[in-house]
Amino acid sequence: MSDAVSDPSRSETLTTADGKPLKAALARAQARNRRRAFYLVLPLLLFVVVTFLIPIGQMLSMSVNNPAFYSWKDRDTGEKVPLMVDLRAWFDENPVGTEPDEAAYAALAAGLAHARETKSIGQIGTRINYEVSGTRSMFTKSARRAEKLEPPFKEALLDIDEDWADPRLWSAMRNASKSFTVDFYLAALDYTRDADGNVVKVEEERAVYILLFKRTLVLSAFITLLTLVLGFPIAHLLATLPLRHSNLLMIFVLLPFWTSLLVRTTSWIVLLQSQGVINDVWVATGLIGDENRLQMIYNQTGTVIAMTHILLPFMVLPLYSVMRPIDPSYVRAARSLGATSWTAFRRVYLPQTVPGIGAGGLLVFILAVGYYITPALVGGSSGQLISNLIAFHMQKSLNWSLAAALASLLLAGVLLLYWLYDRLVGIDNLKLG
Amino acid sequence: MTEPADPPFVEFDRVQKSYDGETLVVKDLNLQMPKGEFLTMLGPSGSGKTTCLMMLAGFETATHGDIRLDGKPINNIPPHKRGIGMVFQNYALFPHMTVAENLAFPLEVRGEAKTDREARVHTALEMVQMGDFGARRPAQLSGGQRQRVALARALVFEPELVLMDEPLGALDKQLREHMQFEIKHLHEKLGITVVYVTHDQTEALTMSDRVAVFNDGVIQQLAPPDELYERPQNSFVAGFIGENNRLEGKIEGIEADKAVVRLKTGELIDATPVNVTSVGQETLVSIRPERVEFKPENFDEGAHTIEAEVLEFIYMGDSFRTRLRVAGHDDFVMKSRNMLGQERLQPGRKLPISWHPQDARALDAM
Amino acid sequence: MKKTLILTTALAGFAMSAAAQEISVMSWGGAYGKSQIEAYHKPFTEKTGIKVISVDADNPATPIKAQVEAGNVTIDVADVEYADAVRLCDEGLLEEIDPAILPDGADGTPAMDDFLPGAVTDCLVTTIVFSTIFAYDSTKFADTPPTSISDFFDLEAFPGKRGLRKGAKANLEMALMADGVAPEEVYEMLETDEGVDRAFAKLDTIKDSVVWWEAGAQPPQLLADGEVSMTTAYNGRIFNAAVGEGQPFVTVFDGQVYEYDGYVIPKGAPNLEAALDFLVFSTETEQLAEQAKWISYGPARKSSGPLVGLYQDGKTEMGPHMPTAAENLKKALPSDFEFWADRDTELNERFNAWLAG
Repeated sequence: MSDAVSDPSRSETLTTADGKPLKAALARAQARNRRRAFYLVLPLLLFVVVTFLIPIGQMLSMSVNNPAFYSWKDRDTGEKVPLMVDLRAWFDENPVGTEPDEAAYAALAAGLAHARETKSIGQIGTRINYEVSGTRSMFTKSARRAEKLEPPFKEALLDIDEDWADPRLWSAMRNASKSFTVDFYLAALDYTRDADGNVVKVEEERAVYILLFKRTLVLSAFITLLTLVLGFPIAHLLATLPLRHSNLLMIFVLLPFWTSLLVRTTSWIVLLQSQGVINDVWVATGLIGDENRLQMIYNQTGTVIAMTHILLPFMVLPLYSVMRPIDPSYVRAARSLGATSWTAFRRVYLPQTVPGIGAGGLLVFILAVGYYITPALVGGSSGQLISNLIAFHMQKSLNWSLAAALASLLLAGVLLLYWLYDRLVGIDNLKLG
Repeated sequence: MTEPADPPFVEFDRVQKSYDGETLVVKDLNLQMPKGEFLTMLGPSGSGKTTCLMMLAGFETATHGDIRLDGKPINNIPPHKRGIGMVFQNYALFPHMTVAENLAFPLEVRGEAKTDREARVHTALEMVQMGDFGARRPAQLSGGQRQRVALARALVFEPELVLMDEPLGALDKQLREHMQFEIKHLHEKLGITVVYVTHDQTEALTMSDRVAVFNDGVIQQLAPPDELYERPQNSFVAGFIGENNRLEGKIEGIEADKAVVRLKTGELIDATPVNVTSVGQETLVSIRPERVEFKPENFDEGAHTIEAEVLEFIYMGDSFRTRLRVAGHDDFVMKSRNMLGQERLQPGRKLPISWHPQDARALDAM
Repeated sequence: MKKTLILTTALAGFAMSAAAQEISVMSWGGAYGKSQIEAYHKPFTEKTGIKVISVDADNPATPIKAQVEAGNVTIDVADVEYADAVRLCDEGLLEEIDPAILPDGADGTPAMDDFLPGAVTDCLVTTIVFSTIFAYDSTKFADTPPTSISDFFDLEAFPGKRGLRKGAKANLEMALMADGVAPEEVYEMLETDEGVDRAFAKLDTIKDSVVWWEAGAQPPQLLADGEVSMTTAYNGRIFNAAVGEGQPFVTVFDGQVYEYDGYVIPKGAPNLEAALDFLVFSTETEQLAEQAKWISYGPARKSSGPLVGLYQDGKTEMGPHMPTAAENLKKALPSDFEFWADRDTELNERFNAWLAG
């Protein structure tokens, strides 16, 4: 019907009236517009670079590079001061596994004295303490006396604390001297290094990250499924109601957006706690006994309920935006062609909502994976997610490198998911609104 | 209204429909269709024609009355068990399926074997000259192609009754006319019964065996196209079908096939009484523009003539339109064929015009 | 028009620099922040004319670290926990304070003897002693109220949910004391793997009945909601709920773990001199005693003790509510900063794993 349009590939090099190539003329004419368009998006571009790309880059670099052991920024002058210079030289000269000799101890003593002088000993001790627990005070204590130490340094240091001979400590110092380390990723995956620098699993009672990664993924998937199951009928209702009714209903769906996250989470606490509204109602109606009040909060149940509620709009909106333009005649056509209402839904309606399901699912899942306020408040112990530990390392233990490693793994997981989605469903099959 | 002799295949029996319980969208509808008929429901939007179609398809339930298909009431049969093919205004081709999959869909849900399916899909596509397009998606087709596919899909499972809801509404004029013929030919070839809904009178006239003109939830007239055009039963039909001049007046005298009407301005004209009965009744006399004559040699013997003044002459290619002032009306139109030597009337000229009394139909005053 | 604008801006800027006699003090807000405003900020302004601006934070140590590291310090004085102060000091993020500038006690005791042992470090001057205690709802245990830390871990004799802070610190110490370990042996024991195992084993006995809290305001809320029947808490928060708001909460000091908290000056504070003045003024005997009228945290100077009188309601004797009251120190444990600086990472990792498992 439409072969009236001529095939552009057949056309020969066209020229303008004065003989210049048409393509060049076109490019010149459009360059101005393109430049103007670029200037328009420039502020956004800068904003994204400054607020998003640079921090992510910093996070990635922090997760593989922690210079606390060998570099110190002087507060007064702003200069960068190298630390533990002699010790690092010794590490360079001697291969892994070399028994630390007098020269090594001398270098260490010098480094400690220098660190005491520059007030960088706290930073050094904290850094090594990430790897070998209980060594922070060794550093501060020894540094205080480092200046007065006399050779032989090995004996002098062992005199202060015999743990200075611990091969794990030396292995940790060697690792901390490197400008590139994957140790934080190892830690984020429940691995550590033994005295010889080999990668080994951490003791079982300290392994937590893999468990939490798994739990985060499973819970997030479950929450995504729940929002889909709950959100699909709502979105369908919204999409089929007359506009004036659906607008009102939409306000109810969006209501969670307009209240603070903390208020919403706190109201769930009020509702769900064992002396809360829901339990009270059940007890009052004799549904359950007073002594059998259900524990619906401070555990996984609480996390799932509160997060499903909070994330529901992120599922409903993409679904709604996909469903709204689906003409009811599709289902009618299917019915008239002989399909039962279930077949018509499954074969005709559902496939057309896939872009919305994909977008909503991806959105909810990614948000759920990174949520931490809600699980922190209502999750108790069994409802904690990996993001809570990232927050813990950011705010409490201040081990930012480990937090960065955990966050990077999470980011990689999300990107992997995105890639999988692209492979399975196709990213063009994604409608966000 | 002529009753078909065969036992009716589709029958509406005193059907009423109301959405809100206060107003009736369809008021006491009675309609019988023999097998193989092509019936068009024509009317302005909101006249109830689409509602009737939807009740027949099973997407709406009748508030009162019976709808029978082949003698059996179908009120309680769900749409997918009625075995009625349907073509929608926007085609409703499933966008996530290929053309072939779209066509296979009705066969698949009926549990037909895959090989049979493929053969029938192929035949159906060939039938609408779309044999090479089976692997395409609807989005890759032009409007006309989609229309053919939608048609093929509604026919592929060989329904005896096919409903079409303004199927050509989205096409441009040329394509629409072309498709009208194709649909008509398919109907003749396959011998199916078709109920066709449109608001386009040309479409209705060119395609149908019979046309039901809807207005205000009531069938105003049910008749073959020529009868509808030439012998409209009331002012609405006369005004809705084709172009029409109307002159207001009062019945002065009435006989079996002749009425004398005095117009508002005092002139007397002859007319055929249609739904006027008594002297003194208000009437609208309806005259088709192409039946008005201005050459005395063509005047019918015994017919009244009436004075007219030319107001405007419009050249239309195959014909001329002359706007006249007649009996105080400024919008009286006369249409004449562009023949060799046909006179082009100059504005300002006064002349007598006339028509055959049979072409002046005295109708209700609305 | 434009000229006037420039002029006013210039004038405003001039006025600002002229009135530079103001300092920013960062603290924890709430009832505690109020006690500081009443006892320190207002009298200081009255005496010196220097305005004190209060800034609140969840834990001032975190923004202080960020500000100093970014080289953009806006805070002159900050109220931080002892452990944080030592850590920040070690990392060179705080100004050192010469103890010689601290005046002697009101009763003439030399400053370094007047302050509680260890209360003045290189960078910190302690103002208060606060304590992690446990408290219960007296309506739940009317007949036989719990009296010892062992009762907290006894679900049979004292049924009901327990509130605990989500973290290793204080919980492990309390668990060991409840298990019969004498306070002075607690840290020695926690240095060993067996000791840590023993503490976690004790926590295991109540793990399923625990509601975890994180912010200091949560425990009194959990008690008030009836969500727990007993909870650990900061003693000042329970005091405020019980005495200030009349809630039926009772504090048990048996097995308490107390810590210091005080003022530090971030490195590069914009008004160093005024900051030092403020710090010295606030840590004088009278001011410390005055603060104790507003919240039940013990003053860091011994000489303040006798001056502590009645709570602001005018009838509650503050003395017995202080963690440092002799009666309350019978079985009490001073939190060991060195231990936690060394073991915090390891024990919290283990705690998190235990919690998640």
